[in-house]
Amino acid sequence: MKDDVILCFCEDLTRDEIREAIKKGATSFDELKRLIRCGMGACQGKTCEENIQREIMTITGRKREELPLPRQRPPSVGIYLEDAARGDDDEK
Amino acid sequence: MMKNSAEVVIIGGGVVGCAIAYNLAKMGCQDVVVLEKEYLTAGATGRCGAGIRQQWGTEMNCKLSKASMDTFEVLNEMLGYPEDIELKQDGYLILAYEEKEIEQFKKNIALQNSLGIESRLIDPGEARKIVPHLNTEGLLGAAFCGRDGHANPFHVTQAYAEAAKRMGVEIYTYTECRDIEREGDRITAVVTDRGKIKTEKVVNAAGGYSDLIGAMVGLDLPVYSERHQIMVTEPVNPLQGPMVISFYHHFYCQQVPHGAFIMGQGDPNEPKGHNIGHSWQFLQELSGKITGTFPALKKLRVVRQWSGLYNITPDSQPILCEAPEVPGFYMAIGFSGHGFMIAPMTGVVMAELILGKDLSMPVHKLDLGRFDRGELVLEPSVV
Ligand SMILES: Cc1cc2nc3c(=O)[nH]c(=O)nc-3n(C[C@H](O)[C@H](O)[C@H](O)COP(=O)(O)OP(=O)(O)OC[C@H]3O[C@@H](n4cnc5c(N)ncnc54)[C@H](O)[C@@H]3O)c2cc1C
Repeated sequence: MKDDVILCFCEDLTRDEIREAIKKGATSFDELKRLIRCGMGACQGKTCEENIQREIMTITGRKREELPLPRQRPPSVGIYLEDAARGDDDEK
Repeated sequence: MMKNSAEVVIIGGGVVGCAIAYNLAKMGCQDVVVLEKEYLTAGATGRCGAGIRQQWGTEMNCKLSKASMDTFEVLNEMLGYPEDIELKQDGYLILAYEEKEIEQFKKNIALQNSLGIESRLIDPGEARKIVPHLNTEGLLGAAFCGRDGHANPFHVTQAYAEAAKRMGVEIYTYTECRDIEREGDRITAVVTDRGKIKTEKVVNAAGGYSDLIGAMVGLDLPVYSERHQIMVTEPVNPLQGPMVISFYHHFYCQQVPHGAFIMGQGDPNEPKGHNIGHSWQFLQELSGKITGTFPALKKLRVVRQWSGLYNITPDSQPILCEAPEVPGFYMAIGFSGHGFMIAPMTGVVMAELILGKDLSMPVHKLDLGRFDRGELVLEPSVV
C-alpha cells in the first residue's frame, strides 16, 4: 500500500521515500540526511527526527537507545547573514 | 560475514575510495573490499563545497579536472545511477582585486586554453552581467569558465558505490582499519576491528587520516590535515548561476540546484590537526565578506555550519602512486581541498596503476618522490 504521508516537511519527503532510503542501507538519521536531505531544511530535524527515527527502528529492528542521535549543528535557528555579520545573537 | 581475503583493500569510503573501487571492478578486478570506519561520505566528501572547476594553475590539476568534468557530464549514464548527481554547469567566476592576481590569471588562462579548457579573463562589467547581485567595488576583473560548476557529492559517491557493488565489490561500513601487517617488505593483511583480511595490495584513500594509515606501514607522509569551515543557507529561488570565489578574500559561494547557498572560507591562521569543530568567528567573518560582496543576500538565513579536513601537500597537488619503499601500498591522498572535482579521473588512473596497466593520463609527476627531488610545481590557485 502506498504511504504518501509527509514525514519531513522541509523537503517534502513521504513515509515511502524515507522507508526506501532506509532499505537501501541508510540506517541512521545522519546517513539518511546525506542521501535524501531530511533534517537539512529550515527545521534542521526538529519536526521530523522523532518520526524518522521510528521508521528506522521499525525497519532495522533496533531499539531507540541503540540509534545514534543526529549531530546538532549551529546555529540553532536560522539567522540572517547580515545579523551574523554583526555578531548579533538570537535574542535581538 | 566479512571476506577474509581480497586482491585489493581500499581504506576510505569517500568519493576517491569508491571511484577507485568502481574502476578496479570495471577493469576486471572484482575481488575488492572498501573499508569505511563510519559511513560513506562521512569524511571530507560529505562536508565539501561541492564545486567542480577546471581553472587551475598547474598542468596536472588542469588535466585531471578537465578529464573529470568530461566524466561528470556522463556520470549518471556511465554508472547506471537511477537518481541524479545534480550536475550544474553555470561556471566559476574567480574575482581579482589586485594587479598581481590579474597577472596570475593571465598565466593560468594561457595554460588552461592550451589544454582545451575554455576559460577567459573578463572585466567587472561582464562579471556583473553574469552575477547581477555582485558588488563590483574594487574589482579589477575576473576569470570565468562556463563549463565549471557543481555536483552533489553524496550522490556521486553513492553512484560509484552502487555500481561497484553490482560488479562484486564489498563495501564494509562501520569497519575501521587498525593496522597493516607485513612480512619483509610485502604487505600480507589488513587488520580491522571486525577481523583480518589477507591481501597484498592496500590503497590509502583515507582523506584527512591518510597520515595515520601511512604510519601503519612505517611511512612518514608529507601531508597534513587542516580544518576548513563551511555553512549553508535556506533554499531560495535560482538567483546565482556560477560559483564565485576570491583568493584575495579566501572565500567561495555558490547556489546549488536545490536552492541553498553553500559558502566557505580558508583561514590562514588555522592550525594543523584533525579538529572538525566549528566557531562563531567563522560565521561572523564569512557573513561579513558575503554581505559585502553580495548585498542582496543580506536577508538569507544561515541554517547550518560545519567543517571538514583538507589533506594538504607542500605543492597543493595530490599524491597518486605506489610507495617505492612498500610495494603494494598505493595512495590517493593530499588533495589539498580539491579532491572531489578530480575524483573521476583519479579513480581511473589509480585502478590502472594498481593493475599495472598503461596509464590513460601520465601522473608520474604526482609521485611521492617529487618532494625529495625538490621537483615541486606549486599550485597557486587554492582557497
Ligand atoms: C569545507 C571543505 C570544502 C571543500 N570544497 C571542495 C570543493 O568545492 N571541491 C572539491 O573538489 N573539493 C573540495 N573539498 C575537498 C574534498 O572534500 C576532498 O578532497 C575529497 O572529498 C577527498 O575525498 P577522499 O575520498 O579522498 O576523502 P574522504 O572523503 O575524507 O574519505 C576518507 C574516508 O576514510 C575514512 N577513514 C579514515 N581512516 C580510516 C580507517 N582507519 N579505517 C576505515 N576508514 C577510514 C574516513 O571516515 C573517510 O570517510 C573540500 C573540503 C572541505 C573540508
